[in-house]
Amino acid sequence: MSKPKVAFYWCASCGGCEEAVVDLNEDILGVVQAVDIVFWPVALDFKRQDVEAMDDGSITVSFINGAIRSSEQYEMVELLRRKSKIVIAFGSCAHLGGIPGLANTFDRAAMLKEAYLESPSVTSGNTTIPQTEITVPEGKLTLPELWDTVKSLDQTIKVDYYLPGCPPPANLIKEAVTTILEGRLPEPGTILAPDIALCEDCPRRETKPDKLIIEQFKRPSQYIIDPDQCILAQGFLCLGSVTRKGCGAVCIEGNMPCTGCMGPTSRVKDFGAKAMSAIASLIDADDEEKITKIIDGMADPVGTFYRYSLPASIIHRSYQKPDGGGAHNGA
Amino acid sequence: MSDTAHKTDGFQPRIVAFFCNWCTYTAADLAGTARMTYAPNVRVVRVMCSGRLDPQFIMEAFRNGADGVLIGGCHPGDCHYQAGNYKALRRYILLKRVMKEMGIEEGRFRLEWIAASEGDKVQRVINEMTETIRKLGPLHLEPVNIPATAHVQVGTDKAAVAARGGVS
Ligand code: FES
Repeated sequence: MSKPKVAFYWCASCGGCEEAVVDLNEDILGVVQAVDIVFWPVALDFKRQDVEAMDDGSITVSFINGAIRSSEQYEMVELLRRKSKIVIAFGSCAHLGGIPGLANTFDRAAMLKEAYLESPSVTSGNTTIPQTEITVPEGKLTLPELWDTVKSLDQTIKVDYYLPGCPPPANLIKEAVTTILEGRLPEPGTILAPDIALCEDCPRRETKPDKLIIEQFKRPSQYIIDPDQCILAQGFLCLGSVTRKGCGAVCIEGNMPCTGCMGPTSRVKDFGAKAMSAIASLIDADDEEKITKIIDGMADPVGTFYRYSLPASIIHRSYQKPDGGGAHNGA
Repeated sequence: MSDTAHKTDGFQPRIVAFFCNWCTYTAADLAGTARMTYAPNVRVVRVMCSGRLDPQFIMEAFRNGADGVLIGGCHPGDCHYQAGNYKALRRYILLKRVMKEMGIEEGRFRLEWIAASEGDKVQRVINEMTETIRKLGPLHLEPVNIPATAHVQVGTDKAAVAARGGVS
């Protein structure tokens, strides 16, 4: 019997998910022996044409990381979807949109303007903005189109399973790979991580007060975090109480608050909304003025509560008025 | 109900109102029995307490076609469950800030304390909010998914692919 075929692909991502695969260390050798890697642009020299030449459904499983925000990424994941029996959204960006998804607070025109015309690192006087098509003496050149809106993988193609995390923890990857290669397929749509909040695994669990209140929001860059006490009780925005566990509480071990990369548990639809609900109710004030003052101390609420999940949120992207919106004016 | 709806043709705002059982819902009931007229643009959802409101409910309302969302609860100190309305207020202030950053105009989202006896306040708030939103116009949130029905030959139809990414 031939070995199962596996593909890895990346879209709008930082490369950390690829690193996570390599982080399997010697275990990766076991995986490599058990499977045929038929496509992995970061490590192996296969091309898109090689994938196109395969029969539909001939890849056992494709691991796709990164959010989807360009026509090229969409074409690639659509292609991989057709060629694969199983597609796994790998990492926060593919799962919920991830950090690139915060671009959904802007639109394409504004981003291109900032990056190519107005940023201080741009040579002043530059007027060149990438085009999808340009004719030069040698012929016509094309570039993929940047989308206005960043999407999570399942907003573009059907996804069978999810491996959450930024990046997914090695033990969860290993477990997922073994489970699938052994044919013990979980329910479609399963998130391959425990369905309990991180506080459960927190080494500081015992120090979480019964009645937790927040009088002031603090940032780790401004105050020192006591390494032995519940981080949230100290006023630092730790999202462990609304975040799925499975990461081994590595950030807490490193004395940093949980930022929520594993996403919500299955009972929650919108991670940011739930996190806002949980955190706001802890604010130690009853009148509007005082509450507002405490909330003012919170830096960048959208970026904090939706750090990894804006595209997958209910609102999905910033609202563009149908008539005046920059988004609909194109690049 | 009133004829406000017919004064301006065209756009009729859709407002989802979450009223707590003990105060605001009772007030709305009172407004009804007292035959006070107000804009028929509100769909009232009764909740036991304003503190029950998960921000997800509010976002879902917007996602599913509401042009505005109104929360009504007991006055400070009067919550049937002691502190539910304070929780609602904290969540509201934070959520409002996030909504604003997401481009959703402030007038679309409002919280009011309305006691059981204040039928007239129900009337006034609903009329005001309807007018505000009528001026703001309908809320059209961008659809989330690329329609599953749209199938494209890989690499052949760039325009169609781009269109489904939310590009005009
Ligand atoms: S019961 Fe009315 S706000 Fe709590």
